[in-house]
Amino acid sequence: MPQPVLSLENLLFRWPDQAAACLDIADFQVAADEQVFIHGESGSGKSTLLNLIAGVLTPQRGNIAALGQPLSALSAAARDRFRVDHIGLIFQQFNLIPYLSVLDNVLLPCRFSARRSQRAGDPKTAAATLLQHLDLDASLWRRPATQLSVGQQQRVAAARALIGQPEIVIADEPTSALDAARQTAFLDLLRRECAAANAALLFVSHDLRLAEGFGRRVEMGQINRATTA
Amino acid sequence: MTHLLPLALKSAWNRRYTLGLTLIAIALSVTLLLGIERVRQDARDSFAQAVSGTDLVVGARSSPLQLLLYAVFRIGEASNNIGWDSAQALVAHPAVAWTIPLSLGDSHRSFPVLGTTPAYFEHFLYGDKQALKLAQGKRFVGLFDVVLGAEVAERLGYHLGDKITLAHGISEDGPEHGDKPFSVVGILARTGTPVDRTLHIGLEALEAIHLDWQGGAPIPGFAIPPELVKKFNLTPKSVTAVLVGLNTRAGVFAMQRYVANYRDEPLMAVLPGVALSQLWEMMAIAERALLAISALVVVVSFAGLVAVVLAGLGERRRELAILRANGARPRDLLTLLALEGGAVTLAGALVGLMLLTLLTAVLGPWLEAQYGLLLKLALPSVEELRLLGWVVLVGTLASLLPGYRAYRLSLADGLTPRV
Repeated sequence: MPQPVLSLENLLFRWPDQAAACLDIADFQVAADEQVFIHGESGSGKSTLLNLIAGVLTPQRGNIAALGQPLSALSAAARDRFRVDHIGLIFQQFNLIPYLSVLDNVLLPCRFSARRSQRAGDPKTAAATLLQHLDLDASLWRRPATQLSVGQQQRVAAARALIGQPEIVIADEPTSALDAARQTAFLDLLRRECAAANAALLFVSHDLRLAEGFGRRVEMGQINRATTA
Repeated sequence: MTHLLPLALKSAWNRRYTLGLTLIAIALSVTLLLGIERVRQDARDSFAQAVSGTDLVVGARSSPLQLLLYAVFRIGEASNNIGWDSAQALVAHPAVAWTIPLSLGDSHRSFPVLGTTPAYFEHFLYGDKQALKLAQGKRFVGLFDVVLGAEVAERLGYHLGDKITLAHGISEDGPEHGDKPFSVVGILARTGTPVDRTLHIGLEALEAIHLDWQGGAPIPGFAIPPELVKKFNLTPKSVTAVLVGLNTRAGVFAMQRYVANYRDEPLMAVLPGVALSQLWEMMAIAERALLAISALVVVVSFAGLVAVVLAGLGERRRELAILRANGARPRDLLTLLALEGGAVTLAGALVGLMLLTLLTAVLGPWLEAQYGLLLKLALPSVEELRLLGWVVLVGTLASLLPGYRAYRLSLADGLTPRV
């Protein structure tokens, strides 16, 4: 097996004000190009897991390695840099900075990451290409992000997660604010673009109906041994 | 930092209404701060401009400051007069080049009347040793001639040939010397000094209008018509003060001692510069108090800024989380918020400066007319720029507080704000 883009080993995380562990994961790996559907009810520790992988939280025990780099070896600021260099994130909703235009929102990672900016080639052209691929008309690009519909906003967020070709894209319930028809359309677009960018996709949702088409499906309950969750 | 500045500006623009109000508060406080500084500076300048080339001011022994304020600036209490003999003794002194006797006490519609001699037009200098110039007409020659300061003529709308009567005392409703009208023969060019607010007449004229007066009121049943006054001896018996010019400045202290030791009556000679610096020392306390108060007002406006930005942070937690998810470090967020506050402060300071310039242009003429205070429409002075620099610095530092709060919030929230 080639080196995994993401590897969690013997991981234990407990919130400081709680007695019991929130996450206890023996082993979890994601290979490059893999598209993984992680299923879990709310409160199953999904958000905590995302914060750990993104390097915002640090585990009490165990290792997280992304692209072979142990996150625990990095300082907090270096983890912030590492995150923007290698991980694209999409959240449930309100992904966009309200006072920035659609285009500026997409370009945000390039503003903070020289690597993403460089891999995008000309960031503005890259952003334009992505927005076009995600069916966002050029007439919308200069508008403030808040003028867009929720579905459009999620597609802008997807474009932002993909710009500059990060190795990992993490999506946390990105379709929960969309109706069923748009959910499928969005998922198709997201999976297609991740595949095109050779990015591993971690898709987290409580909705099993969306799991169709993913190469691998993981239950939070399977990988998380902590019972409190 | 440079990649954060556009973000900070856009973020500030997004909340332009609340921040705009804060900006106005900062601008007004900056206007106050700079306004006080400017009034202070210009008041000093216009005081220092009022008299130059005069080596000594001689008057009855009292407070040097009181004598200077009354004789040169027409401010404050009348001092005792000095005898005409003493004034003549000064004229005769070998070290003395010229003297200008000054006699004050009467007024015209609350503008002071100064009795003096033609020497006033020869020797009185102001500003940078500039002599008085007549804008129209001539010096007083006839007994009942009056030469007006520029401000008097302009405010009261007087022209050459107009007849005016003087009032006894300095209050507006004092008894009038109605039987002896004066005619306007000259109007002086503007000087920006108390001269502009003064009516000038001859010492003899002052004597003449008081011939039939005693104790501040006309003697009942005794009136001397103007055509007969020349039959009387119009040599003044006393004057308020004498401005003295010496042949050489080096003799000034010897002359001062001579005056102080004068036998016939208690006299005092004041160096204008020394008395003025006494004035500054006295005013410095009030000036510092005013500056301190306006600095406090600035601080209050910064408290408003900090409160507004802090209050906005609650609803911006998601925005901070998005920025974090896209690579902003917590310290970037601190910088972002500080930049935002700094930008508002800088804009407030600039608007304040513009407001002050506007106010100076609009209110300047009124201030000059009302208070004789000459406000210059000028580029900000070094002192003002330094104050502005402090304002911006303190505002940016104050903005570190919401910045630090954003830093803490983003550390606590991570990518998923609990809102």
